[in-house]
Amino acid sequence: MSENTLRLTNISKSFAGVHALRGVHFELRLGEVHALLGENGAGKSTLVKVITGVHQPDTGEIYLNDRRIHLADPREATALGISAIYQELSTFPDLDIAENIFVGRRPTLASGLVNWRRMYRDAEQLLSSLGVHLDLKTKARYLSVAQQQMVEIARALSVNARILIMDEPTSALTLNEVADLFQIVRRLRENGTAILFISHRLEELFEIADRVTVLRDGAYVDTRSMNGVTQEELIRMMVGRTVKELFPKKDVKVGEVVLRVNKLTRKGAFRSVSFELHKGEILGMAGLVGAGRTEVSQAIFGVIPADEGMIEIEGKALRITSPSQAMECGLAYVPEDRQHHGLVLPMDITDNVTLPILSRFSRWGWLATKSAQQAAYDAVTQMEVRATTVWQKVRELSGGNQQKVVLAKWLSTHPRILILDEPTRGIDVGTKAAVHSLMSELAAQGIAILMISSELPEILGMSDRILVMHDGRVTGLFNRSEATQEKIMMAATQAV
Amino acid sequence: MNTTDKAVSAFVSLARPRRSFLSKFLRWEWFLVALIALVVIVNSRLSPYFLDVQNLFRASSDFMEMGLMMLPMVFIIVTGNVDLAVASTLGMAASFMGLLFNNGVNIWIAAGAALLLGVAAGLLAGYLISRLKVPALVITLGTYAFYRGMAYVMLGDQAARGYPASFTYIGQGTLPGAPVPFSMVLFLSMALIFGLVLHKTAFGRYLYAIGHNQEAVVYSGIPVARVKVVIFMVSGLMSALAGLVLAARYGSTRPDIGTGLELAVITAVSRANALRHGPAEYPG
Amino acid sequence: MTTNTPALSRPSLLSLFARFRELALVGFIVLLIIVISLQNPRFLTFTNFRDILLDISILAMIALAQGMVIITRGIDLSVASMLALTAMMVAFVVKAFPDTPLVFTVLLGTASGAVLGSINGLVITVGKVPPIIATLGTLGVYRGLVFFYSKGNWINPVDLPSSFKQLAKAVPLDLPNLVIVALIVAAIAYVFLNYTRAGRDIYALGTNPEAAKISGIRTDRVTFMVYLISGIVCGLAGVMWASRFEAAQTNTALGFELQTVAAAVIGGVSMLGGIGTVPGVLLGALLLGIIQNGLTLSNISQFWQLAVQGFLILLAVILDSTIQQRIKQTAVRGAVK
Ligand SMILES: Nc1ncnc2c1ncn2[C@@H]1O[C@H](COP(=O)(O)OP(=O)(O)OP(=O)(O)O)[C@@H](O)[C@H]1O
Ligand SMILES: [Mg+2]
Repeated sequence: MSENTLRLTNISKSFAGVHALRGVHFELRLGEVHALLGENGAGKSTLVKVITGVHQPDTGEIYLNDRRIHLADPREATALGISAIYQELSTFPDLDIAENIFVGRRPTLASGLVNWRRMYRDAEQLLSSLGVHLDLKTKARYLSVAQQQMVEIARALSVNARILIMDEPTSALTLNEVADLFQIVRRLRENGTAILFISHRLEELFEIADRVTVLRDGAYVDTRSMNGVTQEELIRMMVGRTVKELFPKKDVKVGEVVLRVNKLTRKGAFRSVSFELHKGEILGMAGLVGAGRTEVSQAIFGVIPADEGMIEIEGKALRITSPSQAMECGLAYVPEDRQHHGLVLPMDITDNVTLPILSRFSRWGWLATKSAQQAAYDAVTQMEVRATTVWQKVRELSGGNQQKVVLAKWLSTHPRILILDEPTRGIDVGTKAAVHSLMSELAAQGIAILMISSELPEILGMSDRILVMHDGRVTGLFNRSEATQEKIMMAATQAV
Repeated sequence: MNTTDKAVSAFVSLARPRRSFLSKFLRWEWFLVALIALVVIVNSRLSPYFLDVQNLFRASSDFMEMGLMMLPMVFIIVTGNVDLAVASTLGMAASFMGLLFNNGVNIWIAAGAALLLGVAAGLLAGYLISRLKVPALVITLGTYAFYRGMAYVMLGDQAARGYPASFTYIGQGTLPGAPVPFSMVLFLSMALIFGLVLHKTAFGRYLYAIGHNQEAVVYSGIPVARVKVVIFMVSGLMSALAGLVLAARYGSTRPDIGTGLELAVITAVSRANALRHGPAEYPG
Repeated sequence: MTTNTPALSRPSLLSLFARFRELALVGFIVLLIIVISLQNPRFLTFTNFRDILLDISILAMIALAQGMVIITRGIDLSVASMLALTAMMVAFVVKAFPDTPLVFTVLLGTASGAVLGSINGLVITVGKVPPIIATLGTLGVYRGLVFFYSKGNWINPVDLPSSFKQLAKAVPLDLPNLVIVALIVAAIAYVFLNYTRAGRDIYALGTNPEAAKISGIRTDRVTFMVYLISGIVCGLAGVMWASRFEAAQTNTALGFELQTVAAAVIGGVSMLGGIGTVPGVLLGALLLGIIQNGLTLSNISQFWQLAVQGFLILLAVILDSTIQQRIKQTAVRGAVK
């Protein structure tokens, strides 16, 4: 065994009878980027939490530099130089950005008082090294998912850890931000930091990782060098079968316009956004983080109405001021932030899936529980959610499976216009293909789909037309045939 | 798949419901009602004012009135809010009825008007809470003083008395042929209705969901603001009803009627709620 | 990430309000002062304001502690009972030993407050009892101890030496001691909440307890600390109460806890945790004090007073939250630089 490694042997962990990890081996060397791969619910995040002391394993041992260690809580892991970005967002909504980065380690003056000036200076430095420019006094509450993600990355980097763990840090980021992040990761690797990296975007792994460990159903499959494997092999290792086509886009004859957005404006968020969405069409929305795509879709769905402009649905001009009104018009919106907007985490799968459609199961207010359960069951089965029962609390599901529940919830409303904001964020390759084929199917049935995605391959692979935004404005509109990665990036960055 | 088999098998693996309708119903419904009753009785003896003799008397004898206010309070607390103004609304409604009665209005019309005033009181609080998006505590701190103050404005240092026997029956009477107080029957039937609404209707589901994550409920297209207004209106109505029962039992109304009951009501409900959910989930 | 979103937000009145969240409250207080003094010129005098400050000092001190507890998503309903118990204990000691040095009485008060507060803290952190239930319990228990300790006896002005009575009321710098003490407490609270790690951890814990835990904040320790501090402040307030009112009774400060919560939440402390400032809480207490004082001076009929008080509180809350909501909307817009 070489010096300077983190080694886990035979780790098992179960939650109330659910075996999340079964006899897993894992070894992380200093100076390497080690990817962890597996389907949703394979046990990746659980393994991370074992390493950071959030969970204590039922069996197995952890060695740091060949010395056995026991981690009772995250503090002890931090003290050993282990720092982590967890999959679930864990920002502090009412603290500002700078303090979010330095929470737990605020710099102090000689007097012991917090040195705010230094904190802002250091935060500024860290964030600009990530290519991020945010007002440091903004409360985290007001940041988008991606922005929060960047803040958490900055927090993890500020520690100068020897072992850095990143659980799906890129799931909400676009190419540019990922590039900035990878540059830093490479620099850290050169300085001898050990990095554990989790992502469902396989191409990212080939770009950054040195080795990969694959888990399946909580069990260890294999550890390989990234040079020696192909994408197909990796998929076979994690799914146990081959995935035929990731972007099964059907050609659908698009119908009439169902949603027309005209000169929609909200101060500080987006300006004069206009586009049309047709029946049976998938309209992709590309752009960098902060371009205003989420804000536009929230305005259409009535969450935060626009200040000016017009929305026309099926020929009727409307002023949509609430989600309930939007739903009556046949809209559905899968939000980007599943934790805060998509799910009621402490409630069970049935409750979550049926929340928007409960009224359909009630007569004079009386709830037909059986049929609601059946509907929930059908919806999550279709989405391949991994859970024990429909009574399981959503909080106990893995991140990707939570995302699938959000999708199931909104699909079962049977909308005519479906807005998807990062629909496959955190979903594994196999299920992603299934989600894509479902989208294609829905479009074929005549549903109009507006899809926001930070993953360019998804945008290019699934959209009939692609709308690009930059800085709150529409900067490009391409047909499927003419769209290329370069054209989209150019429009997204306005780097003409 | 049955309940004991919890292994996560690949993909489609969702078991059918594991609890039968009946067992669920029994577990939640009656448990809750019984618990509240129990807690109130225990509570009124042990704390917080167990040494305040006057309060002790009041707490144990005002049980039915408190029970009536507790039912909507369960709704409100489940959504993560609180209504501090219940006892003040009780006082205002009872005083309003007394004022009308003193001025020669028929007692039943006066009682109806008092109930309406209670609904209006809840409507105002509920509207402000959802419109301004502030915690209910903040608004009801204001209405708590305001409504009680209105009771004093209405009756001053007077008392309304001399209610007809047909009216005092709702506070003092028992069922014909059985020593069961009418007010208890009233409370129990209300408890049944509230329990059913909480557990067997979509509305009840919304309440729990709002309590856990209001924003997600808004995103689900549920008119959260309207739901909140409704529960506060119901709270106002029930407080006014409690006021009528209390006035009927005393046979008179003074503006300080029911003062201090809100804490006992809130305590009882939050205890029952905490016991049901465990401390970890208890909001605030 | 986006570098330059159109700078749509000009510096406006609203952004000024956003910077100083308390401005709305200040505005309302000024308005109130104008209205009341137009009615009664006696209101706007130095002596009257000194009286108001004296009246609200104890409220302000405890409201600060209460606010700190609420920031952690907790609540301390036992404050009034702790105050009454320490007031009673100190008064008994002073009655028995009239020569007790004043410093010692203060120490005794704070120390016993610390004990009472730690009991709350332990029940909540070790016993895992929700704060509202734990402190409702100790509210009863501590009040019971007042009876037990005093056997129902009251301490009257004649029982107390004048040196002790002067503790709160002596006027060294144009302001009574009690006001000065409250100001010192406020200053300490300000520095503590804004410039110490422990103070900042209180906010972190309140705004996201789970994240606080995984970020290595010892959440139980922070929770324990806020209840301990609350106890200490109540202990100090108890001594001051006994001195100011020259008495200790079994029903001292009965029901006072609700006022402390009111001052805190009117001052902008969020019941959902994570939000609240020292100036805000002080203004909340000031507002309550001015309303009370103004009503007493005014010729509003006694039967109307409570209704007017409630109405004014509602008005303040409505005004404040309307402005806060506008600020929130601008904040949503202004996140990106
Ligand atoms: N607190 C918990 N209680 C019960 N079950 C849990 C809990 N945490 C995780 N699990 C279960 O453990 C399994 C592994 O979950 P984990 O979060 O490690 O998956 P993952 O590999 O990170 O998946 P994803 O790619 O979706 O993030 C899942 O079946 C999940 O439901
Ligand atoms: Mg995971």
